[in-house]
Amino acid sequence: MLDIRGIVKTFHPGTENEVRALQGVDLRVEDGSFVVVIGTNGSGKSTLQNAVSGSAVVDEGTILLAGRDITRWPEHRRAALIGRVFQNPFSGTAPGMSVGENLALAERRGLRRTLRRNASLRSRDALAERVRRLGMGLEDRLDTEIGSLSGGQRQALTLLMATMRRPELLLLDEHTAALDPRAAEMVIRVTDDLVRGGKLTTLMVTHSMQQAVSLGDRLVMMHRGRVVADISGAEKQRLRPGDLLDRFDAIRRREQIDLSAAEMLRETYI
Amino acid sequence: MSLLTGALTMGCILALMALGVFLTFRIFGFADLATDSVLTLGAATAAVLLTRGVPPVPATLAATGAGMLAGCVTGALHTRLKINNLLSGILVMTGLYSVNLRIMGGSNVPLSQTATMIDMATAVARRLTGVETVRISVWEIPAGDLAVLVGAFLPACLIGLALRAFFRTDFGVALRASGDNAQSALAQGVSAPDMLLISLMLSGGLSALAGALMAQYQGFADVQMGVGTLVLGLASVIIGQALVRTRSLGIAIAGVVMGSVLFRLLVSIALRWGLNPNDLKLITALFVLATLVAPDVAARFGKRGARRA
Repeated sequence: MLDIRGIVKTFHPGTENEVRALQGVDLRVEDGSFVVVIGTNGSGKSTLQNAVSGSAVVDEGTILLAGRDITRWPEHRRAALIGRVFQNPFSGTAPGMSVGENLALAERRGLRRTLRRNASLRSRDALAERVRRLGMGLEDRLDTEIGSLSGGQRQALTLLMATMRRPELLLLDEHTAALDPRAAEMVIRVTDDLVRGGKLTTLMVTHSMQQAVSLGDRLVMMHRGRVVADISGAEKQRLRPGDLLDRFDAIRRREQIDLSAAEMLRETYI
Repeated sequence: MSLLTGALTMGCILALMALGVFLTFRIFGFADLATDSVLTLGAATAAVLLTRGVPPVPATLAATGAGMLAGCVTGALHTRLKINNLLSGILVMTGLYSVNLRIMGGSNVPLSQTATMIDMATAVARRLTGVETVRISVWEIPAGDLAVLVGAFLPACLIGLALRAFFRTDFGVALRASGDNAQSALAQGVSAPDMLLISLMLSGGLSALAGALMAQYQGFADVQMGVGTLVLGLASVIIGQALVRTRSLGIAIAGVVMGSVLFRLLVSIALRWGLNPNDLKLITALFVLATLVAPDVAARFGKRGARRA
């Protein structure tokens, strides 16, 4: 279970460029649940992910994962518990190494890496079997350099690498945003298969309304560094992209009212 | 003929250093400028220990250890204090110059009166074969020279094989991934900076080992002997790459050893033909420059040709 308690993150504090990316976010992700986070640009959804993965260190609050306080853990140590897929398809795999070697790397995530010969490099059948389940024909290309594969193929392999050893949490950071529609669809299919098949606890950030309504069993909407909506159960199942747009509009309108109301109050009383 | 065995022996010794450069430059793209001084450090440490009566093997191992320590310093400057990679190398290189002078207590240490690993190899050859010279077709080669050549070839082979095996271990795979894509290594729980530091340490050890063997082979250590080593190592790695053109790391490693030997051979032939030894470094630098830009130039010409066709 992931338990985020009151995390705050401010970039460039005390300067003109101050950005209050997270203003006290609480979020509990139960074991086996698939949470989709959606929000506008600058809503803090990416910072939320970075705070969990460790690429950003929070100013306040605590992050608990599988009962452990990981708030101060360095990124590579958190990786023992967290599987990650990045927005950039080039980020998750080592391009100069073969498909097999990349998977061999992933097989030891969170385990001690000793001078023992890598097991996957020795018996390739097990590797080929895992790759076959992606249904992309990559099982015959274990010796191919990953750098020569397409973005979609690399992203699917990154997904496999992130889940090869069961992670306590799977973090998907807009992992289809940089792909063409067909590749994105394929990666979403693989994502759904892996997450459901393994009942993986998943936190996925997206700005695709379509993905937000069709994937996952819970939807969290963020705006200006806060969670503004948390939809699950039957309501989540009924949700349509149009409903999301309406909600965003509503938030925006409320904000405008806030601002104009403040303006009015100032004019009247000050 | 002794020119040939000499060049081959030197090539094998320098191949150790080239394997170190392979580790840092090919895997991490890190050109460690400290290599020049680290080679000298190895030579100085071994030479001074030998003249103090330390047996050749422990003296050589101690030199290797000193080199690893120096590699650690370069690595720490870069990964912990976030100093730019070239600058970390330059700082260590410059600092070591004084350290080397301090170790030697002067600018050189002669080894003519001391027993070295070279003497050991010669003695072993005498005892085993009982002959003074070996005939290979029309040439008479002193058995000692041949023994030294074999003695220099063996470490290069063994370390090459060890490196190949290392790259297939869990640790080695993680190290390569760190050099290839630090971000993806990080996501798999590998700290790429730590891996770079370890690479620099291993590479430093190899350079110093090469220096220690070189001092024993030449019969002296000199504060200037390391100048231009890194460029030489790069040349070996690049020639090796051109020789084998493969993705297989095992063969690439063999290529580095071959590259180093071949380069040494070319140098000795050029010197024989009357090349001024003073021009050697310039020519090496030009060679490395040419090989670095060649793919780019070839691609541009290729494109132009294709357009015309």
